[in-house]
Amino acid sequence: MDIIIENVSKRFGEKTVLKGFSAIIREHGITCIMGPSGCGKTTLLNLLMGFEQQDEGSIKGVPVKKSAVFQEDRLCESFDAVENVRMVCHKDTPDGQIRNHLIQVGVGDSLYNPVSELSGGMRRRVALVRAILAKSEILFLDEPFKGLDEERKRQVMNYVKENIDGRTVVMVTHDEEEAAEMEGNLIYI
Amino acid sequence: MGRFQGMRSILKGNRLEKAGAILAALAVWQLAAMLLDNSLFLVTPFVVARKLMTLVFTVDFWSAIAFTFLRIEIGFFLALFLGTILAFAAGRFRVIGVMLQPYMAVVKATPVASFIILCLIWLNARNLAVFIAFLMGLPIIYTNVLQGFHAADIKLLEMARLFDVGWRRKFRYIYIPQVKPYLLSACSMAVGLTWKAGVAAEVIGIPDGSIGEKLYNAKVYLNTGELFAWSVVIVVISILFEKIFMHAARALFSYRRKR
Repeated sequence: MDIIIENVSKRFGEKTVLKGFSAIIREHGITCIMGPSGCGKTTLLNLLMGFEQQDEGSIKGVPVKKSAVFQEDRLCESFDAVENVRMVCHKDTPDGQIRNHLIQVGVGDSLYNPVSELSGGMRRRVALVRAILAKSEILFLDEPFKGLDEERKRQVMNYVKENIDGRTVVMVTHDEEEAAEMEGNLIYI
Repeated sequence: MGRFQGMRSILKGNRLEKAGAILAALAVWQLAAMLLDNSLFLVTPFVVARKLMTLVFTVDFWSAIAFTFLRIEIGFFLALFLGTILAFAAGRFRVIGVMLQPYMAVVKATPVASFIILCLIWLNARNLAVFIAFLMGLPIIYTNVLQGFHAADIKLLEMARLFDVGWRRKFRYIYIPQVKPYLLSACSMAVGLTWKAGVAAEVIGIPDGSIGEKLYNAKVYLNTGELFAWSVVIVVISILFEKIFMHAARALFSYRRKR
């Protein structure tokens, strides 16, 4: 089922962030939401995730089972990378599978260090693996490759594309190259 | 390497400072006792030390310590257990917090002596210290743990909600790390307070073979040396227990699964 966004408006006090915004997000595909800083990309994502409520308009067809990479990593600081991923996985998910995914994105050397000790780029990748391994029908990615160098970015993009497993992906980015690389539909705000 | 040496010298410095402060306090005590020159009002540290040396070689001394220690610590652990469970329940279900609030407010505001006298009507004097220690420890543990619970990171809770993380995992990954410093500081406060209140309960209830009874007898027979000696014993046991308990609690919280 596609996600249908119709005439959505959102205000924060006096400031209107989204005004009469409409779009369709295709099921089982990658959709990149693009636009300059402050145009309301993250607000739209928050509306889709259910963290905010729109003032006007409607959003229909958002699947129940969601996973996300947030603008901030939102990791449990005192736990290691494996534990952070395990938190959202099914209880029968083997440690080996989690480790394998973390190794694929280059966190293999720091699997058991508290995430508070990891670099920004590594934390981002742990957050990505967490979103990928969670049982979900839709993935929300808010600037998921932020803080990664070009080579690592390409490696992680391939990892994401290989592990989407037919889920709907909504990705926020302001980088046109990233959007092109992900081969998704584009929505401009 | 240099940093470690720096830390070590700071710690060594702190220990020296503490030892110096204790020696200075003992000197002030000795001086005050000498100036007062009345062993009924104030005995010298040497008299107390001598009294302690005679006490430690008696079975009565150790059995009194065991009697009081056991009861106060049972009260403390009951407060720790129930206070933590009630705080988590109150954090999870607001109505429980609202219902518990008047009880906690009354326990916090009522003088401990009122409770002791009231409880003497209900309870056997032998076990009064258990209940009083529990009663004094409970609101401290409850309030602090609840505060820690409410201080949990909203963004992490939002994340857990989006990923549909169950309650057990939310506790383990979000609430317990958040509550940990609050619980540790509450325990540190509660250990001292339960000792004060527990011994006070024994002094009023005078159960046979307790530290409270020894203190009461020392007062009745105007044996100031023994009164001071037992007070020193209470302070030492309370501090020792706090150190051992806090060390064990920190070790338990920082335990990591071996891989």
